[in-house]
Amino acid sequence: MSLPIAAVFNLNHPAHVVHWHFFQMSVANVVVIVTMFVVFALAIALPFPGAAKRRRGDIS
Amino acid sequence: MSATRPTSWTVRVREAGVRALPPEKLLPDGQPTYVASWIYVFGVASIASLVVIVASGSILALKGPAWWHYTGVGHFFNSIHLWAVLLFFFAMVVHLWGKYWMAAWRGGRTRVWITGAVTFLVAVPTALTGYVSQQNFDAQWIATQAKDAMNSVGVGAFFNLTNFGQMYSYHVLLLPAAVIGLVAAHVLLVRRHGVVPPIDVRRRLAPVPSTEPRESSHAGDATSAEVRS
Repeated sequence: MSLPIAAVFNLNHPAHVVHWHFFQMSVANVVVIVTMFVVFALAIALPFPGAAKRRRGDIS
Repeated sequence: MSATRPTSWTVRVREAGVRALPPEKLLPDGQPTYVASWIYVFGVASIASLVVIVASGSILALKGPAWWHYTGVGHFFNSIHLWAVLLFFFAMVVHLWGKYWMAAWRGGRTRVWITGAVTFLVAVPTALTGYVSQQNFDAQWIATQAKDAMNSVGVGAFFNLTNFGQMYSYHVLLLPAAVIGLVAAHVLLVRRHGVVPPIDVRRRLAPVPSTEPRESSHAGDATSAEVRS
């Protein structure tokens, strides 16, 4: 049984690899690590909902 | 009745527990304002992922390899287990990075930081023993490759990747128990010591700019009450 998602992501092939000098990593892992850096930056930069009101003492 | 120290070990343990973690600290009414940060959402997301991992892993253990390899529902739970692990590591690492740059070990919170960091270190072999517990060619390939790494550092006799029974025991009992115990200790230590304040919290809250030299590294000593709104 084939799933519709399988048509979007064809995994029936060897992994694509990023290779530069000593650095070698699958594209999937590179994507995950880059996403983690982006999410980390957003977690630091984005204000938490209601945080400003809490600091002003509007809500406890 | 005398006022001497009670001899019953149950009383002593109870009193020591309440002294270390009184109910108002264990389940507080509120948190300091600086806890309103996305970094702590990732800490909670790690725990939520761990709950899903344990639940889906328990179902996989109950049903067995033929179920997770050859049935649709088994595939589904196998995938839930895998993706929950990926989310667990994703959220835990973002939380760990955030706490590293916040120097979360300040103010007597060394054990809080260590239990968090060691949880990550123990979670890695927990996941890797899962890869060799799949009962398929993928697991055999990983086990026969990884055994060379274990042998090269001299631990192959004690941690044998080709011994399925040993790897499975590690994966479903010993290492998960260690991860759960460390996470529980981490959360209780956070409750006991409070969430670490921002590094410059004292300067920020000072009503009048101080002319005194800036304190070197004691920002972590600020108590939660000082910054609670």
